[in-house]
Amino acid sequence: MKAFLILEDGTIFEGTSIGSAKEVISEIVFNTSMTGYLEILTDPSYAGQAVAMTYPLIGNYGICSEDKESGRPWLDGYIVRELSRIPSNFRSEDTIQHFLQQYDIPGISGIDTRALTKILREKGTMNGMITTNVYGDLAEPISRMKKYQVSGVVRRVSCKEKYVLNPKDSLNCGKRVALLDLGEKKNIARSLLQRGCQVTVFPCDASAEEILAESPDGIMLSNGPGDPKENREIIQEIQKLYKSDIPIFAICLGHQLMALANGADTYKLKYGHRGGNHPVKDLTTGRVYISSQNHGYAVDAKSLDPEIATPAFVNVNDGTNEGLIYKGKNIFTVQYHPEACPGPQDSRYLFDRFMEMMGGIK
Amino acid sequence: MPKNPQIKKVLVLGSGPIVIGQAAEFDYAGTQACRSLKEEGIEVVLLNSNPATIMTDKDIADRVYIEPLTVEVVEQLVRKEKPDSILPTLGGQAGLNLAMELEESGFLREKHVRLIGTSALTIKKAEDREMFKETMEKIGEPVAPSDIVETVEDGLRIAGHIGYPVVLRPAYTLGGSGGGIAKNPEECREILENGLRLSRVGQVLVERCIAGWKEIEYEVMRDGAGNVITVCNMENIDPVGVHTGDSIVVAPSQTLGDKEYQMLRSSALNIITELGITGGCNVQYALHPSSFEYCVIEVNPRVSRSSALASKATGYPIAKVAAKIALGYTLDEIKNAVTGKTYASFEPMLDYCVVKMPRLPFDKFISAKRTLGTQMKATGEVMSICTNFEGALMKAIRSLEQHIDSLLANTLPRSGDKKPAKGTGVEKSPNGYDFSGLDDEALLKQLEKADDRRIWVIAEALRRKMSEESIHEITQIDRWFIDKLAVLVEMEQALADGPLTEGLLREAKRLEFPDQVISRLTGISPEEIKAMRHAGGIRAAYKMVDTCAAEFAAETPYYYSCFDGYDEARTENIQSKKKVLVLGSGPIRIGQGIEFDFCSVHSTWAFSREGYETIIVNNNPETVSTDFDIADRLYFEPLTPEDVESIVDREKPDGAVVQFGGQTAIKLTESLMKMGVPILGTAAEDVDAAEDRERFDEILERCRIPRPAGHTVFTAEEAKRAANDLGYPVLVRPSYVLGGQGMQICISDEDIDEFIGIINQIAQDHPILVDKYIVGKEIEVDAVCDGQDILIPGIMEHIERTGVHSGDSISVYPASSITPETEATLVDYTERLARALHVKGMINIQFIVAGEQVYIIEVNPRSSRTVPYISKVTGIPIVSLATQVICGHKLRELGYTPGLQKKSEYVAIKMPVFSFEKIRGADISLGPEMKSTGECLGIAKTFNEALYKAFEGAGIKLPKYKNMIITVRESEHQEAVEIARRFQQAGYKIFATRGTARTLNANGVKAYPVRKLEQETPNILDLILGHQIDLVIDIPQQGAERSHDGFVIRRNAIETGVHVLTSLDTAKALATSLENRAKELTLIDIAQVKTV
Repeated sequence: MKAFLILEDGTIFEGTSIGSAKEVISEIVFNTSMTGYLEILTDPSYAGQAVAMTYPLIGNYGICSEDKESGRPWLDGYIVRELSRIPSNFRSEDTIQHFLQQYDIPGISGIDTRALTKILREKGTMNGMITTNVYGDLAEPISRMKKYQVSGVVRRVSCKEKYVLNPKDSLNCGKRVALLDLGEKKNIARSLLQRGCQVTVFPCDASAEEILAESPDGIMLSNGPGDPKENREIIQEIQKLYKSDIPIFAICLGHQLMALANGADTYKLKYGHRGGNHPVKDLTTGRVYISSQNHGYAVDAKSLDPEIATPAFVNVNDGTNEGLIYKGKNIFTVQYHPEACPGPQDSRYLFDRFMEMMGGIK
Repeated sequence: MPKNPQIKKVLVLGSGPIVIGQAAEFDYAGTQACRSLKEEGIEVVLLNSNPATIMTDKDIADRVYIEPLTVEVVEQLVRKEKPDSILPTLGGQAGLNLAMELEESGFLREKHVRLIGTSALTIKKAEDREMFKETMEKIGEPVAPSDIVETVEDGLRIAGHIGYPVVLRPAYTLGGSGGGIAKNPEECREILENGLRLSRVGQVLVERCIAGWKEIEYEVMRDGAGNVITVCNMENIDPVGVHTGDSIVVAPSQTLGDKEYQMLRSSALNIITELGITGGCNVQYALHPSSFEYCVIEVNPRVSRSSALASKATGYPIAKVAAKIALGYTLDEIKNAVTGKTYASFEPMLDYCVVKMPRLPFDKFISAKRTLGTQMKATGEVMSICTNFEGALMKAIRSLEQHIDSLLANTLPRSGDKKPAKGTGVEKSPNGYDFSGLDDEALLKQLEKADDRRIWVIAEALRRKMSEESIHEITQIDRWFIDKLAVLVEMEQALADGPLTEGLLREAKRLEFPDQVISRLTGISPEEIKAMRHAGGIRAAYKMVDTCAAEFAAETPYYYSCFDGYDEARTENIQSKKKVLVLGSGPIRIGQGIEFDFCSVHSTWAFSREGYETIIVNNNPETVSTDFDIADRLYFEPLTPEDVESIVDREKPDGAVVQFGGQTAIKLTESLMKMGVPILGTAAEDVDAAEDRERFDEILERCRIPRPAGHTVFTAEEAKRAANDLGYPVLVRPSYVLGGQGMQICISDEDIDEFIGIINQIAQDHPILVDKYIVGKEIEVDAVCDGQDILIPGIMEHIERTGVHSGDSISVYPASSITPETEATLVDYTERLARALHVKGMINIQFIVAGEQVYIIEVNPRSSRTVPYISKVTGIPIVSLATQVICGHKLRELGYTPGLQKKSEYVAIKMPVFSFEKIRGADISLGPEMKSTGECLGIAKTFNEALYKAFEGAGIKLPKYKNMIITVRESEHQEAVEIARRFQQAGYKIFATRGTARTLNANGVKAYPVRKLEQETPNILDLILGHQIDLVIDIPQQGAERSHDGFVIRRNAIETGVHVLTSLDTAKALATSLENRAKELTLIDIAQVKTV
């Protein structure tokens, strides 16, 4: 079946419908990762967005369920150049086509994703529509597209109830971590479990009191979707967490919220950072790490009160802030994804640093 | 970290002559690195024995030494030039080994010269099998169970312990020389004996066989501060067991999930970190196809063939960055030259698919085994880029120039008709790729063989509806790749079934089916198909290789085509310059090597200086010409008429130049003219006149230049008539070929039948030439003609008499044994011919001088193999001059006096280098068909020293045991006596077959008779296999060799590492060289050489 991707600037791409045939309006973003499409499909941070893959051959190794970063795909739509007609991997259980259908996610294949990427790069992230309907006049769908805004997504993707994950007995280190799920990728909890922590996952609307009542050894703020400033209530709770003396490690949205909680500002990047090749520099050591990234907003480093926090990491490509260290506090936050999945594992050591902040392994 | 201020003068080691396993990629890397060093104000001293390279140009390095790559030479050079540092990681294994020897001997410490790039300890950790294993164990990286052995007995014991099959890998050898897979103790013993001897340190690794696992490679980089990145990963389509140089390789990996990808990426980064490499490194893995188990196969702590491929596949200039790192810069300080905005500390992201295919020499070595294994056999490779895998593969196939343009070797049966005939062998197929004649059983057998035609076998199996799963079971090639081949086979069928709708045509083009193939399948003419395409807007669109999947705006005009996207090539001519299309020379193969890349690049640079906008089209990832900053625009595309036409449509060049890209470019002349592109330089009809026998004969007659009598024929019958008319021996060859392909000396009707049969295995568009074979001296001349005046830089003379291909002969400049009268005749003939052919640009002529009589054998109105060599030794920039002449300048106005130029004060000798030990079953005897893969230079004030250097450079190091064998045919016994006497005086003990021995002894040369091959042991073969022989002189029969003895002797000698000479002239030269062994050589800076 024919499908169209229409951008709010009027650009139309014609391709083939994949997954669900329903129409969707969403924010269109691109990801440059060459592997890890399933991790991307199931990354809750894409809620409210449709993702275009710049790598043209997608689905080659099928669906390997254990690689999912959450229970389901969260993105609104999926845009690829070519879907493999057969998956080939010893772990593959399913095809992307079927997986998208199962979750009623629409998509389009057979379009020039490079041309799309260039438009987004030059004009900035914009809204668009994936549809199988043929529009004679674009004015009406474009006006609908223009109205679209990503909102309420953290609540949508966060767990609804608190739950506890226990490490393997043999690994148990006795540390207990409270993980605030703002759209958490499973590998964050997994990384903590691997280090022997017991992890209590709290829904995004959990109060600071609830979390602190557990007297965790450390608190983790996860990644998540959407505009960070939208999460006013959560920011307020994070201010309280900040005041506790419990070590805190935050990733992505968590990093942005901690900054906002301390009076800094965030802004929307022209077309975001989504991929597995971004260099970040550790400002203390001068070392550069290749990181996994997925964010459309960044913390404005200039808006920071240097008495509260200082930049710890910076993006080598465009100089944007990639991490903060909070003065006099046992808190550090990063914009990128040390939990990887997909992407480079170079920053896994940050979890070890968090372990040390919690007093090391008992 | 800023640049290390202590580094001011760097000695860069090149890789020497092109051999299988060490080819043009090191010229690319070396050239890029030298330019990168010079950019930093470093004084660069270069040592490389290969004169055909671009890196040995005076514009690339400050001081250029084309001298043998030996420890003695480097030591002497260090004393002379006093560099503070040596950069050894750009010269392949040859450079690395040399650096290690200098380090181990303490010489570098004594002279306070540091190794930059990578330390000796690092090299050792990566190269020494034991240390490597220990290092890997220390960081928990798995390697296949293995052990190092130094004796055959230990090897057999370990192999028994690990369990057969085992892989055997000699330490410190090129391209896996002497290695192999042994299935039983007998095979194990054979490979061990050989491998132990070939290894520089007498070690062989015996290892668990992981054949059938996925072979994955990572190119990684590390700087001095410890920052690490991955440039590219690659997946071999052929599983472990086939050398990666002989595999079809795809980038990035296609069948790995992120978990597998990141697992191996992290491993590669751990390894480069632990080894402490500063620069680039290649790590090869075997990955179990159905688990996460993996083994590290090998680490190369230097730039390599794979790193050149990775650079071209991603746009990330590994060698350039490695050179900067060697100077002390960190990755985040080095700008990404492609985007001009981001830094080298990132990882390239591809938004296309890259396929590399090896160029194997089986068209040259018809008797060789086509089986592929751990010993690399490819001489070169092609790369192609497309938005889909199928398209990239189709483009790669037609880039190979092996007379095949798709997975179809025959015109596919229209549905239904033509069932494969029973039981007929592959040998009967027109070009060796057609397996439709095999019955199912034979096809299954063929499927088991890993050889260069495997994808064609799979395609045939798919056509017969064999299941993808069963093909996977047999070949161990991943299902994904087999399914992609199935997509192509289904498209063949769809086209054959018809009708050809616009939709079907669009899809066929997306999969990169050439119009020709679509035409064969549909019966619609290519012209009609083109018209249909244009009517439907189905045209090639060009996409940029930008390292970042379009995330950032890039500045580098490096393009590939696809049929399913928007065109983004910036072709508008901003400065309203004239545009010139420079056609490259495609994959490196025997007969068309790196020399033509040298010419293409120099021509491009010259056009640029002339104010032209330059556009290069080429498909060879190993070369300098496909570096992104050589021309104004680079199109990485196949060199076929259709592909070139698409570029022409887009670019509308003002002209094309074909005379620098070898036969590949020349072959495109006619098509370019049809497209309306003016051919710059010598006109196409004049190029044709030189190739067309009848027209050429007319010209010769008009110029009153004699040539050996000859005839043009099409069939074997005509050939025999011609031969008998001329009288045997005759020379038989197809027209329009390079490197003497298919050329043979025939002494009987029987020979003619055999050779014409071989020639006709490939459909001939052009006639076959039969010429009288004249014995004499072979002379070669390159000249530049501006339409009026002719400049001859020098005359070259071959050591070997006629009958040995010019590319395989030792060539001497200036020609020393010809009389002034003959010289004048040569100059006169050259001038007459250049004028008669209206040459504008380059011309290459080969002559025979028999007594005082001069005959012409061949004229090529184009650049030749000897151009780089003669340019360097005379100091005359021939290609640049030819280009200026093509642009309309006159030689006189450029400051040159026409005619033969004054002789250089140096004698320069070009020595061919062969890779016979790599190609099992190849006949090594020299003849009219070219067999060498590379060359080196010996340059000195005297002939003897130059000759000595040339032999040294070619690695012919004698003596070890001072034992040799001579076996010559009856007619040459007398000639052999003098040669034997000289070797005897040099201290050699001579063994000879009975007849030869008798003659030698009768003439006062002590010779020990040995039994012939068919006689009881110990015979000549036992002597060779006993590893006590330095040299075999074996002169084969002319014509087809009916006896197999000589072949067996030569093969066994070569495979046991013994030097074999098959021409008495070469043997004489070697004797001269031995008599003139010099302790101290005079090292000559080529950058200072001038004739005027």
